Amino acid sequence: MAEAIFDEMGLPGGEVRRAYRTLQAWLDETPHEILTLRREEAETFFRRIGITFAVYGEGGDPERIIPFDIIPRILEAAEWRQISDGLIQRVKALNAFIADVYGPQDILRAGIVPRDQVILNETYRYQMQGVAVPQNVYTHIAGIDMVRVGPDEFYVLEDNCRTPSGVSYMLENREITMRLFPELFSRYNVAPVDHYCDELMRTLTSVAPRNCPGEPTVVVLTPGIYNSAYYEHSFLADQMGAELVEGPDLYVMDDVVYMRTTQGPKRVDVIYRRVDDDFLDPLTFRPDSALGVAGLMNAYRAGNVNLTNAVGAGIADDKAIYTYVPEMVKFYLGETPILKNVPTWRCADPEDAAYVIEHIAELVVKEVHGSGGYGMLVGPKAAREEIALFRELVKTSPEKYIAQPTLALSTCPTFVDEGIAPRHVDLRPFILSGREIRVVPGGLTRVAMREGSLVVNSSQGGGTKDTWVLKD
Amino acid sequence: MMLSRTADSLYWIARYMERAENLARTLRVTDRLSLMPSSADADGNEWHSTVVVSGSEQGFYEKHEEATPENVISYLAFDPENPSSIRNCIETARRNARAVRTALTTEQWECLNSAWLALPGWNETRVRGSGLHRFLDWVKDCSLLFTGGTVATMLRRDSYYFTRLGTFIERSDNTARILDVKYHVLLPENAEVGGGIDYYQWASVLRAVSGYRSYNAVYREGLKPWLIAEFLIMREEMPRSLISCAAEIKDCLDRLGEEYGQRHECHRIAGQIHSRLRFGKIEDVFRQGLHEFLSEHIDQNNRLGLEISRSYLLG
Repeated sequence: MAEAIFDEMGLPGGEVRRAYRTLQAWLDETPHEILTLRREEAETFFRRIGITFAVYGEGGDPERIIPFDIIPRILEAAEWRQISDGLIQRVKALNAFIADVYGPQDILRAGIVPRDQVILNETYRYQMQGVAVPQNVYTHIAGIDMVRVGPDEFYVLEDNCRTPSGVSYMLENREITMRLFPELFSRYNVAPVDHYCDELMRTLTSVAPRNCPGEPTVVVLTPGIYNSAYYEHSFLADQMGAELVEGPDLYVMDDVVYMRTTQGPKRVDVIYRRVDDDFLDPLTFRPDSALGVAGLMNAYRAGNVNLTNAVGAGIADDKAIYTYVPEMVKFYLGETPILKNVPTWRCADPEDAAYVIEHIAELVVKEVHGSGGYGMLVGPKAAREEIALFRELVKTSPEKYIAQPTLALSTCPTFVDEGIAPRHVDLRPFILSGREIRVVPGGLTRVAMREGSLVVNSSQGGGTKDTWVLKD
Repeated sequence: MMLSRTADSLYWIARYMERAENLARTLRVTDRLSLMPSSADADGNEWHSTVVVSGSEQGFYEKHEEATPENVISYLAFDPENPSSIRNCIETARRNARAVRTALTTEQWECLNSAWLALPGWNETRVRGSGLHRFLDWVKDCSLLFTGGTVATMLRRDSYYFTRLGTFIERSDNTARILDVKYHVLLPENAEVGGGIDYYQWASVLRAVSGYRSYNAVYREGLKPWLIAEFLIMREEMPRSLISCAAEIKDCLDRLGEEYGQRHECHRIAGQIHSRLRFGKIEDVFRQGLHEFLSEHIDQNNRLGLEISRSYLLG
């Protein structure tokens, strides 16, 4: 990496950035033994509460704890304002795009996004074509992954418009930080995040289906306890006071969805579903799905139930579509994008593919449909065989890959075995869209716990940090 | 109103925790008995009768030829193939708890989760010798903490009553089984309990339901088989007696009936079981035959469980 790495606390000259000065003073006066002790307490807390995360295909502990780094990440009010404005703008555009794709398809006709990229995309759901959804909102809960490379330079790495997870960590991390470090927390003026679940509930009730008979009944649909994000599903349901249901708890009669209760059937109006499209309704999608509800899509199309996020919303977060988002902002909103995309080579384009194959050792190569840090190559960190493998993969099926330059991700001070050391971080804020758009100040900061590592995904051993947005 | 699946899980969490506790109590008194000099009881083996009490005779003898202490402890406490082993009870309870954790209070969840986290630390080797009692005490503590946590922290509404129903249906079944099996083994044909070994045997029946000292507080005339039977069947002040369980069950179902404004077949059966105990006489029980009476009770209790499921838990 040619560029210098931006550290969010300390500048190269040894000067500490303003927001971090109090933290630095506190770290200086707090012995490491205390920090170690607090970290152990945090782990006990997470385990006892059962805040765990399953890692697929690894065996071993099925309920692992994501490492929690006790040193918070701090963003100043002005920094956050820029991010927040950019997020709202971006999510508006993403939503307009989905509505357009399943509606008039203006952007395809205008030739801005190639028709094939959409219609032949695995995430495109023809079943949604022409279906009206409440408030015209498709991506009610979006998680936008961002990285920082300089004081004012933020890039969007990835949009998550389907079922982004991690918000429970944002909330629990705050909870534990306030519990473990009250003396530090009180020295700062940190914007609260606790109202996230209220906002979520408000968002969900604001998109009740048109045939909803009264006060809408909201439920959270989970694939069940073996899902990696199960803790989060139960956490959100609990905080919202909504029922946490599994597929078999619901059934459809005369295009109306009911849940099975101790007092017989009860009508359900809004389903915050954490089940993928493919598994939602065995009559429409995968017939072998035991996680879904037969007939759900008919009820949805009839306007008797709303699903959040909408079926087919994944079309907007596909990695190939990602490259067009800045153009969407201009096309739908007539605005200049506030948040930048990472420059991306689409290997589907022969010229781009040729460049990628030649420069593969310097690039990050990602599968277009991959997620969670699986199926990706970090060129500068990879072994020769791995690079050769990816080169072949890109040659054989270029349309499945995109490539990006290796960014010099910012670092934050992190408490690791060696002491306090800089580690690379990213940021996933959560944006709620219903009748209005809301962003809770903060997000989930993920941190690569290994020195030099750029992979922050929890499935790859990444940890999390509490993220503080300061008030003016 | 709640999800049927949630109510079902709460009910079974409570049943499994109660089952684990009862198993622990039974194993504890069995072990105590086996320490007595020449401990041979009526058919020669208290470990065998413990297997019978636990209702897992068939599964046990498919796997083991003889009811040695090691075999019985291994099967009843740890065997993953025994669906009612203590380990499986705790694991199943916690799995259910995880699926419905929003319906549990923090105290209940943490109790079940902590039990599950500590479980891998216990195995056949660690419970050799004095380890056994530490293990069984720990199991009992987990269950008591859960039951106590339930009473102390749960809102008094449907979810609470379903949880409590699980506890008492299970407890009623257990008390009936202990009494049935031990009585069978010991049945001294109207005789008074003699000295020595007999005495320990009878004391163990009471200890298995945590009723030894309570019995003495109520009767003050030494251990007598029919009084022990009366104590465990018809004394309302004994919290593990059949009538106490029946009264609690009836009360829970009444509350549910009020909350939901509807009564079902399970209400009728619960009322029937309760009134038979409430207005029956112990002499009649003996006239009918204790074994017949207890078998009938176990059947009725099972039917009640099924009706509760049908009315509420299947959805």
